[in-house]
Amino acid sequence: MRLSYRRALTRALADELARDESVFLLGEDVRVGASMITSGLCRRFGPERVRDTPLSEQAFTSFATGAALAGMRPVVEFQIPSLLFLVFEQIVNHAHKFPLMTGGQCAVPVTYLVPGSGSRTGWAGQHSDHPYPLFAHVGIVTAVPATPADAYGLLVSAIRHDDPVVVFAPAGALDVREDVERLAPVPFGRGVVRRAGDDVTVVAVGHLVHDALAVADELAGQVSVEVFDPRTVYPFDLDGLLASVTRTGRLVVCDDANRSCGIAAEIITSVVERVRLAVPPRRVTRPDGAVLPFAPGLDRAVQPGREALTAAIHHVAKDPT
Amino acid sequence: MTGADPVGLYRTVRLIRRFEQRAIDLVRAGQIVGGIHPYLGQEGIAAGVCAALRPTDLVTGTHRGHGHVLAKGADPARTMAELCGRETGLNRGRGGSMHAADLSVGVLGANAIVGAAGAILTGAVWAHRRRGDDVVGATFFGDGAVNEGMLLEAFNLAALWRVPVLFVCENNGYATTMPVAGAVAGTITGRAAAFDMPATVVDGQDPEAVHAVAAAAVARIRAGGGPELVEAQTYRFDAHHTFEHVVRLDYRPPEEVAAGRARDPVDIQGDRLAPHRRAQVDAEVEATVDAAVAFALAGPEPDPAGALDHLYASGLTARAGGGQG
Repeated sequence: MRLSYRRALTRALADELARDESVFLLGEDVRVGASMITSGLCRRFGPERVRDTPLSEQAFTSFATGAALAGMRPVVEFQIPSLLFLVFEQIVNHAHKFPLMTGGQCAVPVTYLVPGSGSRTGWAGQHSDHPYPLFAHVGIVTAVPATPADAYGLLVSAIRHDDPVVVFAPAGALDVREDVERLAPVPFGRGVVRRAGDDVTVVAVGHLVHDALAVADELAGQVSVEVFDPRTVYPFDLDGLLASVTRTGRLVVCDDANRSCGIAAEIITSVVERVRLAVPPRRVTRPDGAVLPFAPGLDRAVQPGREALTAAIHHVAKDPT
Repeated sequence: MTGADPVGLYRTVRLIRRFEQRAIDLVRAGQIVGGIHPYLGQEGIAAGVCAALRPTDLVTGTHRGHGHVLAKGADPARTMAELCGRETGLNRGRGGSMHAADLSVGVLGANAIVGAAGAILTGAVWAHRRRGDDVVGATFFGDGAVNEGMLLEAFNLAALWRVPVLFVCENNGYATTMPVAGAVAGTITGRAAAFDMPATVVDGQDPEAVHAVAAAAVARIRAGGGPELVEAQTYRFDAHHTFEHVVRLDYRPPEEVAAGRARDPVDIQGDRLAPHRRAQVDAEVEATVDAAVAFALAGPEPDPAGALDHLYASGLTARAGGGQG
């Protein structure tokens, strides 16, 4: 079956809404499906379960927390990644902390779905952030699927998970299509080698997996690149990555977040705490403190791209002597 | 519940009063670390509102939250143990004074972020209603919370979706040290009016008056009338937080404090009882609170090996923070 990333998300929502009466959808313009993810769901499941909200992100995020405390499994859609800054307090300080603070009296199974995270060329400074490292930092399960099958599988797992989960669906991956044989839940904390190689391990997050694969193809014959897709940045499949990097001895991490305290920093640290690499690792990220400028050329200039990734791979592939 | 139970209301306000006084003693003795926000003076509100609720109804409290937790029916002994950070506490010592919760009696938790709990309670009540449970909720907050956007958003959601929630504003005149006059443009009830929510002002020092207003509002809410607001006007007898016992903050004129303390909910309700009955309740409460303190202090401190127990309900485990690599 040929499946697009967007339709994979829609399918995951539809399957879970059909499977479990406690699942419901909450967000802005979800009835009509302005983000093109929830299209058709209201017609099938009704406006009680596909609930349009007023523009009250803080209230509807906490409303979801309360509903989850009472046994529901809400899925909250945010059309704009930066809205996560607005509701960071509600997610981190309440939803995430309740199980521990109550001494295990409750669970808060909420899924936060962010379709179109990262740059959407032309959407400028306030609509183009990719703050998945923030959620990894506070310890919330954070999925960044790269492929349609993973988009389906990780969203299904998120909805069935007993803790809050943020699912970033990068804008750069929404148009990806692939032939899928079988749709199934994807476990958290289990990465996958997208392309086997011997010389350099490239960790790529979300849509950057496709850039890494393209670069690996271009470099074939010069450098044998292994592409590792962690699928969830928290929990992170360190064992899976170590299995790759202990063979290659060389590491590049490609991460569409700001450099300082981005997930690339954490991945590299976790690796070098455990193994000695042949050469110092490299990371390809947005710059420190990046604000995405509007003009397309400026926007592209601050995103981690194939050129920078190619240069980083060449750099680490050089003989250490 | 319709008619007030004068003895029951008195027992609750007296219990909260003595619980708080003993908790302050335990703060001074170093048995409660981090201090508490005493509910002294405001007991009539929690007592009156919770007496109008059923055991299956839900409440959320505030950082000044012991009264709500006790009035809704949590065990005083396990509540005191929680304040003392013991394994035997309501939250196994993981929550403390500001986060005491007992979901088994409908207390979704004291919540220490001002204005944050209203939307959470609204969602929880909505979810129960969807399942067909005849549940209503009451969310307590102070006068400071009426300037928090997220609470006003919760007013809107609850009113828009007609979620059966009673918003209870405990107006004690001050958000920490900021007087209402310096912080609130318009009025508290005017905020409810903006969302077409009925609002009632009540004397928060009179437990029976609070109960009467709350019972009437809860009956309307339960019957499908939509959310309402009650503004209970009250006075905080003690510090904002026990740190004020050490660091004196000059923001309430002594004559104002004296006038406020003159209207004591424990005496207002106690005077409605025959003296021997009041003495009998006092003795019962004293025994309960003595037992609570003894239970709390006898409880073991949690094992540090379990410091991150319950971080994830899913059973996910976090990496340790030490130098293990």
